[in-house]
Amino acid sequence: MIKVKINGQEQSWDGDPDLPLLWFLRDEAGLTGTKYGCGQALCGACTVIVDKEAVRACVTSVNDVAGREVTTIEGLHPNGDHPVQKAWRQLNVPQCGFCQAGQIVQAAALLMDNPKPSHDQIREAMSGNICRCGCYQRIENAVHLASTGV
Amino acid sequence: MNFIDNPRKLRGFEKHVRVEKVSRRSILKGLGITGGFVLAAPVMSRQALAYETGAGKMPHGVVVDPRVFVSVAPDGIVTIVGHRSEMGTGVRTSLPLIVAEEMEADWSRVKVQQAHGDEVKFGNQDTDGSRSTRHYLMPMRQIGASARTMLEQAAAKRWGVPATEVKAVNHEVVHSASGRKLGFGELAADAAKESVPSIEGLKLKDPKDFRYLTKGQVGMVDLHDITTGKARYGADVRLPGMKYAVIARPPVTGGTLVSFDPDAALKVPGVEKVMKVQGWPWPSKFQPLGGVAVIARNTGAAIKGRDALKLVWDDGPNGKYDSVAYRKELEEASRKPGLVLRKEGDADAALKGADKVIVGEYYVPHLAHVAMEPPVAVADVKGDKAEIWAPVQSPGGTREDVAKTLGIPEGNVTVNVTLLGGGFGRKSKCDFALEAALLSKELGAPVKVQWTREDDIHNGFLHTVSVERIEAGLDKSGKVIAWRHRSVAPSIASTFAAGTVHQAPFEIGMGLVDMPFEIANISCENPEAAAHTRIGWFRSVSNIPRAFAVQSMVGEIAQATGRDQKDMLLELIGSPRIVKPNVKDLWNYGEPQDSYPIDTARLRKVVELVAEKGGWGRQVPKGHGLGIAVHRSFVSYIATIVEVAVDDKGKLTVPRVDTAIDCGTYVNPERIASQIEGAAIMGLSLVKYGEISFKEGKVQQKNFDDFQVVRIDESPVVTNVYIVPPGPDTPPSGVGEPGVPPFAPALINAIFAATGKRIRSLPIGKQLEA
Ligand code: FES
Ligand code: FES
Repeated sequence: MIKVKINGQEQSWDGDPDLPLLWFLRDEAGLTGTKYGCGQALCGACTVIVDKEAVRACVTSVNDVAGREVTTIEGLHPNGDHPVQKAWRQLNVPQCGFCQAGQIVQAAALLMDNPKPSHDQIREAMSGNICRCGCYQRIENAVHLASTGV
Repeated sequence: MNFIDNPRKLRGFEKHVRVEKVSRRSILKGLGITGGFVLAAPVMSRQALAYETGAGKMPHGVVVDPRVFVSVAPDGIVTIVGHRSEMGTGVRTSLPLIVAEEMEADWSRVKVQQAHGDEVKFGNQDTDGSRSTRHYLMPMRQIGASARTMLEQAAAKRWGVPATEVKAVNHEVVHSASGRKLGFGELAADAAKESVPSIEGLKLKDPKDFRYLTKGQVGMVDLHDITTGKARYGADVRLPGMKYAVIARPPVTGGTLVSFDPDAALKVPGVEKVMKVQGWPWPSKFQPLGGVAVIARNTGAAIKGRDALKLVWDDGPNGKYDSVAYRKELEEASRKPGLVLRKEGDADAALKGADKVIVGEYYVPHLAHVAMEPPVAVADVKGDKAEIWAPVQSPGGTREDVAKTLGIPEGNVTVNVTLLGGGFGRKSKCDFALEAALLSKELGAPVKVQWTREDDIHNGFLHTVSVERIEAGLDKSGKVIAWRHRSVAPSIASTFAAGTVHQAPFEIGMGLVDMPFEIANISCENPEAAAHTRIGWFRSVSNIPRAFAVQSMVGEIAQATGRDQKDMLLELIGSPRIVKPNVKDLWNYGEPQDSYPIDTARLRKVVELVAEKGGWGRQVPKGHGLGIAVHRSFVSYIATIVEVAVDDKGKLTVPRVDTAIDCGTYVNPERIASQIEGAAIMGLSLVKYGEISFKEGKVQQKNFDDFQVVRIDESPVVTNVYIVPPGPDTPPSGVGEPGVPPFAPALINAIFAATGKRIRSLPIGKQLEA
């Protein structure tokens, strides 16, 4: 039996320990905010925070996070008012929105690590997250806005 | 020849034609509505419509009925139906916003309800062809104005005053003479009893009184949910007792299953069942390819189970499809005369007599949509009833196809439309929903079919592969006197009918025969090309290779004659005029020529606007270059300037993009900008990386590592968008797709300016490294 804390709640899993965390979150725990885009750590749609680090849930097994703390988009802020989420809405970042949970979680992790990233640092830190709709200009500006307030 | 003038005809269009002939009365009876009205657009008077669109010719036409689209609750909450699919354009917000604007509803008290697939009730729901605003701006205004009129009439009756004395203002109706007011909620019950006013008598708002339209201040209705992970896409639907399935499909189009061994798969923890999926022979429109499904308690187990399957396939007739060999075939075909589609003057003779002939052969390979959300669908089939939840662009078509596939009446099928995690034309094909329906029927349980990214790339409906060969003949003075354009590419129609070798009117009308240049001798030709995989619509479709070829050729002519690109472009466009190509039944994106002519004044205008705003001719640093291109598609006019920087290793970056768009009367400039920003990224992706290639019938790419798309660290530093203010009567035109076509040639022309290298084959790959 694997125990893991997800968004502050204790969850347990007694199935295949190698099950990717992504499918545990989505199909077993019902937390569908975290998305599947590639399954190979290539797109960032499945990004979650484990302890204080952004990881790709599609290549992380449930076993890998045993006893650790996982934060998904649903747990980022109780009212959805994390500064990154607010900046995202202020700049109307999303198009289809499917990549955006991963983008927002990645950006939140970046700001934990580096509260005032430069534009180049934003571009680098966010480069693992694909947006097929092409919202990059706004993503960059929204991360900047979230970090500086302007 | 196998010409099809409207792609949707391919899904049983005959039936829809009959529907249009059904009298109004019997439609009303069928719906159980009394007093409502349902019209196909052609019946509307021109005066009522202000301009005519092709909306009425779409399957099931247009429904203009406030009772279908609007309801007002006693607490004042106004619910407006969004009947198109949301895939990032903002349409689920913008169409209801138009209704709210006209009815004077307060947007903060409006709820949007997604329509299920029912085209008899809602009118055409195909969210493709950049048509939603174009076809529905006026009908949505009329629906809103009808609802407003009914509320006003109800208030006037309550107060015993003439209706002309009352006015709806911001969610209430006021009688200013007496200072009385009634909220929409208080009037709801009475208003519902009012008869629906005639369209002809409706008074539409004066655009100068708009609170929402053209302002760009209203965010998408799903914005909060998207940023908090609550938004529900196809993949997010969960039903009690639902099973998870992934399917192993034939790796070659038209291949079939010979045998399979499920044993290892069944040993994977969580796997419950392995079963065959029915397949249809190629081509069969959107019917499933067939294969073997692994059913499990979660998607991860299903994927692991599928990896363990032992499968033997017969590759069938396309087992030899090879992209290198096929490209040679296309090139050879382009060098010989083909079916002549447009002929003005005598291009052959003029080319022979020309002082100089410039030849360009432009190649664009297959492309995959790779919408961020791969195809996925949930189905629950019980007896002769089916319910589907899916991210589909054509819920009406999906409903028809599910009914046909299961052999049940269409009325027994409910198609619930979720948000779409991107569409780009892929989700106009409902094969994934059909797979889910077949599996659910057999399992007797709800099932979700999830496509992996590899499935998406291996078994999609790809953008075609093409060679566009253009020969331009110049006289001694450098004037272009002849233009011969041969377009060779397998047609989308090949996915519907075996033996198709010519392109359909809707493909040749995308930048081939509608070429707007003022040249005396023109020949547009279409040599034959047979398909060896499933070809489908991809955002902006044939306009991608056409704009790339035509606008690159403009750059090549400028280059050969030492002219400025923009001057050359304007010279070729020529005088401001309406272009009437000598083409039988010219396809015009389904729109009437009267309202949507090929207008070179508008084409020139976007070139001039982008040149002015984008600083055409400005000094750029060494290694940088500017390129320009213009293209009319989806009856909109778009010009783009790209600034590129190429370093000495051949690595390119894009410091700046400027785009001017004339999309006629528009609704939401903020979403227009976001579509154009995104189109630049998609354009850059296809120029840098876009290539799906085949070997031994199989797609050679598999995921985002070998089918790359542009990431944030290589995206343009800034994209500026300029929207041409519409004239008072300019009809709305497309936005979602037209931004893509001009990007590639503008970038390619910029690369030439920066490096002197002329790229004629996409993607660029390593061509700049040499
Ligand atoms: S789904 Fe995990 S990185 Fe793409
Ligand atoms: S918003 Fe659609 S993929 Fe990013």
